[in-house]
Amino acid sequence: MSVKLALLALLETEPMYGYQLRVEFEGRTGSTWPLNVGQVYTTLTRLERDGLVEPAAGDEQQDAGGQDEDGRSQQRYRLTDAGRDEVAAWFTTPVSRTQPARDELAIKVALAVTVPGVDVGTLIQRQRTASMAALQDYTRLKRRAGESDGDLAWSLVLDSLVFAAEAEIRWLDHCEARVRRAARERATTRPAAAEQQTARSQEAGR
Amino acid sequence: MSPVLRLDTVTRVHGSGETEVQALRGISFSAHAGELVAVMGPSGSGKSTLLTIAGGLDSPTAGTVTVEGTDLGSLGQAGRARMRRTSIGYVFQGFNLVPALTAAENVALPRELDGESARRARAAALAALEEVGIADLADRFPDDMSGGQQQRVAIARAVVGSRRLILADEPTGALDSETGEEVLRLLRARCDAGAAGVLVTHEARHAAWADRVVFLRDGVVVDESGSAPVERLLDEEPAL
Ligand SMILES: Nc1ncnc2c1ncn2[C@@H]1O[C@H](COP(=O)(O)OP(=O)(O)OP(=O)(O)O)[C@@H](O)[C@H]1O
Ligand SMILES: [Mg+2]
Repeated sequence: MSVKLALLALLETEPMYGYQLRVEFEGRTGSTWPLNVGQVYTTLTRLERDGLVEPAAGDEQQDAGGQDEDGRSQQRYRLTDAGRDEVAAWFTTPVSRTQPARDELAIKVALAVTVPGVDVGTLIQRQRTASMAALQDYTRLKRRAGESDGDLAWSLVLDSLVFAAEAEIRWLDHCEARVRRAARERATTRPAAAEQQTARSQEAGR
Repeated sequence: MSPVLRLDTVTRVHGSGETEVQALRGISFSAHAGELVAVMGPSGSGKSTLLTIAGGLDSPTAGTVTVEGTDLGSLGQAGRARMRRTSIGYVFQGFNLVPALTAAENVALPRELDGESARRARAAALAALEEVGIADLADRFPDDMSGGQQQRVAIARAVVGSRRLILADEPTGALDSETGEEVLRLLRARCDAGAAGVLVTHEARHAAWADRVVFLRDGVVVDESGSAPVERLLDEEPAL
């Protein structure tokens, strides 16, 4: 997704300055997806052009033409009616699942089982160790977040990372079991290739 | 510092001849005070066998098991039983509660067997039940509780008092994801307070509470994952 909808949703609370939007976004998502200020201002400019936000009343007069040294306008933005409709539509529509993001790991495994000479067992094993380490890290961040109140938003983002990493590990277990079974089946149905396949399944089993 | 639990090249063979199963093949493994270790692996890989041997409920075919410096093999039946009541808390894959005893009585049992007065044992049991969030069920019988509630009684029984070694076999099996997490927080807290813990689990999300994760397959340790410093993590997340 673009940051557009997140910024619009934040403006639902109250009119905000660009830098403030960035702080609020990162506060709620725990800096998991860092935003740079430039990105925020570019997006606001586009949103204003599309009639979804406008300068907040009051700031308009005082800040007319006012810019900081980087040339960014120092004004607060608020939602227009069209912007408010956009936010409402976002929260009432499920996130689209029709176009899965390109998943490097899935692609890598798909290629590994088809490109000759790749040690799939080791690939899976290494990935699982790495994913497990990431999962341990998320969990420690979670323990930390749990200590103070009002961290619900951030801790739910962490849970999302935790469940995704867990799903990845389960999928890797599943791949491993299937690769081993496929190797065994090939070994029994094609005795000529048996020796090579046994070696491979042992690789996978290591 | 010497580990609370140490397994040294432990092998466990079930049966013989045609039906021989090597459940563990020369495993070395240890858990230190303050450490929670998770054991993962496919069904049949030897996880429960490892845990029962660590808890003195089963003996290795070869190799030694040491708990707090004592070689379990050098103890007699009575000595091992005593060790299990005082030093080792065990959560079974099934819950293993005594059906004729209430929740509080189940939890108090090991302490009473060890000679503690009924009143003090009950007080400790109530505190442990409180810790797992079911103080109000103290006087219920296992048959009148849900699976998840029985599971929590079993956990309370394992952590009651000040056991130095806590062994848990799938302790989150019958629990929903939030209650499961509560159990992990509890185990984690016990380890942070100085106990050594070993947790067998199929769920990576739960294993992630451990300091180390050991992967078993066909009775051998195939891999071990420690963890990297937390700070590294956030820097590596891709931008939105
Ligand atoms: N009493 C027994 N007699 C014979 N074989 C046994 C006995 N106990 C366990 N085994 C075998 O030892 C192996 C390891 O069993 P274990 O119970 O340790 O597996 P596990 O990793 O705990 O599996 P699960 O995830 O299904 O609980 C299995 O092949 C099992 O069949
Ligand atoms: Mg088991």
